[in-house]
Amino acid sequence: MKNYLNIIVAYSIMMLLIILVGIFQSWSIALTIFNYCMISAVMTLGANIQWGYAGLINFGIMGYTALGGLAVVLVSVAPVPEAWSVGGVNMITSLGIVILMIFSTRYILKNIKKSNKRNYLIAGIIIVGLILIKIIAGPAIEQIEAVDPAKTGFLGGLGLPVLFSWIVGGLFAAGLAFIVGKVALGLRADYLAIATLLIAEIVVSIIKHEDWLARGVKNVIGLKRPAPYEIDLQTSPWFINLVEKFHSAKLNLANSLSERQDILNQLVIDASSVYVKLCFAGMFLVVVIILLIITQKALYSPWGRMMRAIRDNEEAASAMGKNVVKQHLFIFILGSAIVGIAGAMMVTNDGLFTPGSYRPMRYTFVIWVMVIVGGTGNNFGAILGGFVVWFLWVEAAPIALFFINLFTAHLPETNEIKVHLINSAPYFRFLLVGIGLLLIMRFRPQGIIPEKIIKQ
Amino acid sequence: MAFFEGNKMTGGYGDGPDIINSCTINVNRGEIVAILGPNGAGKSTAMKAMLGLLNLKSGNISIDGEDISKLSPQERVKKGISFVPQTRNVFAELTVKENLEVGAFLRTDNVNNVIEEIYDLFPILREKKDQVVGQLSGGQRQQVALGRALMIKPSVLMLDEPTAGVSPIVMDELFEHIIRVKNTKVAIIMVEQNAKQALSISDRGYVLVTGENKFEGSGKELLNDPEVRRSFLGA
Amino acid sequence: MDLINAVIVLLNYTIIPALTYGSQLALGAIFVTLIYGILRFANFATGDMMSFGTMFAVLLTYYFQSIGINFGFLPTALLTIPFAIFMMILYMLLIDQTVFKYYRIKKSPPVQLAMVSVGVMFVTQAVIRIIIGPTDRRFLDGEKFILKATEFKEMTGLAEGLTIKSTQMITIVVTIIVVAIMFWFLNKTKTGTSMRAYSDNEDLALLSGIDPKKVVLITWIIAGILATIGGILYGLDKSYRPFVYFNNMLPIFAAAIVGGIGNPYGAFFGGYVIAFAEIFLTYAYKRFLVYILPESLEPNSLMQLLSTDYKFAISFSILVIVLIFRPSGIFEGKRI
Repeated sequence: MKNYLNIIVAYSIMMLLIILVGIFQSWSIALTIFNYCMISAVMTLGANIQWGYAGLINFGIMGYTALGGLAVVLVSVAPVPEAWSVGGVNMITSLGIVILMIFSTRYILKNIKKSNKRNYLIAGIIIVGLILIKIIAGPAIEQIEAVDPAKTGFLGGLGLPVLFSWIVGGLFAAGLAFIVGKVALGLRADYLAIATLLIAEIVVSIIKHEDWLARGVKNVIGLKRPAPYEIDLQTSPWFINLVEKFHSAKLNLANSLSERQDILNQLVIDASSVYVKLCFAGMFLVVVIILLIITQKALYSPWGRMMRAIRDNEEAASAMGKNVVKQHLFIFILGSAIVGIAGAMMVTNDGLFTPGSYRPMRYTFVIWVMVIVGGTGNNFGAILGGFVVWFLWVEAAPIALFFINLFTAHLPETNEIKVHLINSAPYFRFLLVGIGLLLIMRFRPQGIIPEKIIKQ
Repeated sequence: MAFFEGNKMTGGYGDGPDIINSCTINVNRGEIVAILGPNGAGKSTAMKAMLGLLNLKSGNISIDGEDISKLSPQERVKKGISFVPQTRNVFAELTVKENLEVGAFLRTDNVNNVIEEIYDLFPILREKKDQVVGQLSGGQRQQVALGRALMIKPSVLMLDEPTAGVSPIVMDELFEHIIRVKNTKVAIIMVEQNAKQALSISDRGYVLVTGENKFEGSGKELLNDPEVRRSFLGA
Repeated sequence: MDLINAVIVLLNYTIIPALTYGSQLALGAIFVTLIYGILRFANFATGDMMSFGTMFAVLLTYYFQSIGINFGFLPTALLTIPFAIFMMILYMLLIDQTVFKYYRIKKSPPVQLAMVSVGVMFVTQAVIRIIIGPTDRRFLDGEKFILKATEFKEMTGLAEGLTIKSTQMITIVVTIIVVAIMFWFLNKTKTGTSMRAYSDNEDLALLSGIDPKKVVLITWIIAGILATIGGILYGLDKSYRPFVYFNNMLPIFAAAIVGGIGNPYGAFFGGYVIAFAEIFLTYAYKRFLVYILPESLEPNSLMQLLSTDYKFAISFSILVIVLIFRPSGIFEGKRI
């Protein structure tokens, strides 16, 4: 019971902080933070499954996030017929070649014994395949990218409902995790960290530079939304009426009809943004709760016990006949898929896909800080970690500014140090998160909400 | 009063249970003492206690009449106590010569003379002096391990299963080397699995059972003691 | 004649830049490998530590320039190296005492130390950005070129020019000197041998009376020297941007692992392996082939294997391949 009390207190404080932001800054900002907190929480749930349940260190969160984002573009954007007509056949042929390469390599790996001959054969297949792809896809890519480059210049997506992309994002990430897991999971922990970090970089650099796929660094904007648009709400009578009712007291204070109209317009604009964010918040909350229920059930199932047994003593578990490699791969895929879902959620929330913004600092290391701060191995802790760290990450600058002003209050406005510090306020988030991580690791290594030791 | 003594030592690793119980072992210069006993009897632990690798609850350790119970292992090394662990007892990535140089890390004088003495003791090492130890055979590695330990010119040499995993021929050779070391007036304590062979070169032996002294006596006495023979020598 | 022109093209566009870049990576990779070999963790603050040392060089260069000190035709930054190294070592020792030491004494698993280094990375990045800001800074002064393309063409009468930037020459020469001294130290001095012994077998090193505190101290000092010099050379050659240094950590890790982590020789060569692979695979060979192929075979396309966008991806792919097929690195044998 005491454990639950801790959790309730910690979550209440967190909610209070967000409400305080709503009161002192604005409800729109508070909701933005809340939504991002939930996206972060989904990511930490994924990372926590890998690290907390199985002790696998995945520094490639960024890659899975980006793939989730890519899924949104590929699923929800309408296809670009011109691009398909100029280059579609060639691109599909190339895809066919890739699949052929994979299967022929698999065939060779299975049917020919380990030898130099086998290595040469595989190398040959890869080289021939790459040359073929270069010949077939090269001109097609140029043509596709030439189709109205300011707006499209890519193949577009399938034009399906955007919510569907959340599942596809998870599948994409699972696919990548399968490959990465097959390749890298045998490595020692710190090598695995470095390998996953670098593989994520490769994934992002492909997304960034293959413009035909998702416009690369030219970004895809105006993605479909599973929620109403502000502009539609502002012209809907039912919404205006709702706002009117809600704020009737305030509106009645107005002196004239025109003033009343002005206030109402402003209120409607504010309310529309809050309403949209509430819609997202609702959807995200559903995802978080579903994932939380599933992960909690899994954690306390025989499977969860087995995973912890493997984590705590790999050799003993494998001696008892548990297939450690297979379980590790499974959990690696599962965790990555959840991260992929989060990546898709994030791009849906933003309404735009900006491959250039995927940096390891923000999408790998900050997420890791969340997992460690929240409490490894505990799903409630992971979610809380996502909330706390994201909150700090966003609110660090205002907090820093407050303290800078406090401590330099006696200095004149033109004081060089003061001006410099005020300009540096945004960077205090790194300091805050870094010091937070170091303090937690030193004084509370099990995180804010520790993993419970389940006996029985 | 022996040269190097561990009296009534009781203790274990960390906060764990006591592994040795009021165990007493002593050795004089120019003497080989073997510690024998069944698996898990605390043989290695008794030796490590004398080196200071575990915290003793009671008992004391002294060298040449001086109580060193409170000293750290490094400080005991400075008192002339050298230890050859059972595994990982050489620097596999360093050359033979470098291994010896590291062994003499605490010496401030010119170590080349000492290295020459070691080469005289183990001639094969002179031949292989610039080879990386990781590439040497098991027996040669054990000689490097002994050589490294002898570089500080110790008065006490402790060997943890020096013949573990080497062939019988190499084992005989190693025992010869150990006797030669003993003849340079070094006190030698060794833990051994090969009880018969160990007793045959030892001046005295201790048999430990569950961390306590069970039998002790000269090598010959123990070899001929019917009970020891029956319980530990397998004959 | 065509053949000579072709060689000059290669030298100018691939070999010299690769040697320069490789030297910068090599210094960083040896830094990574030393920390890994002796302190036994993957230091994710590598790039930012290099950035930290360079920051002092940049600030001091500006200061020296403002009071009229310069180094003739050489960059003023070279004069600031000792001071920057000093500050870097102080910072590293401060971090070690306040952060890493605790986990070292507790004998925490390497993963935990790596995670702690992530915290250090955040803090270091913050300190750098608060002190100097995130903007691009050039601090190169003195002669820019040792050999200009036009001069070379006049001198030799060749169609292709050869350009050697002074920063390229400085990078290569300084790297060779620093690395030579470091290898001499590690192999020929008593302290160096004791460090290698500690890295190889910590328990036995302790039993031999090696003082772990001293080993750790000297490791950080050497690491500080390597990190600062590597960072300054990179900053002089390209420019100083804190963000770029974080990114550079990735090819540096690749170099260290490709060379067999813990092995400074491997790290040294690993730096060049990565640099040459990156540059050779992304270079457009058209200009080179024009000289050596008969006219009828002249290529139409750029003859580029991969777009330069994938420069980083190449080093990572090499790393992944090495990790899968030879996790101990391509250079085996003696380690530190």
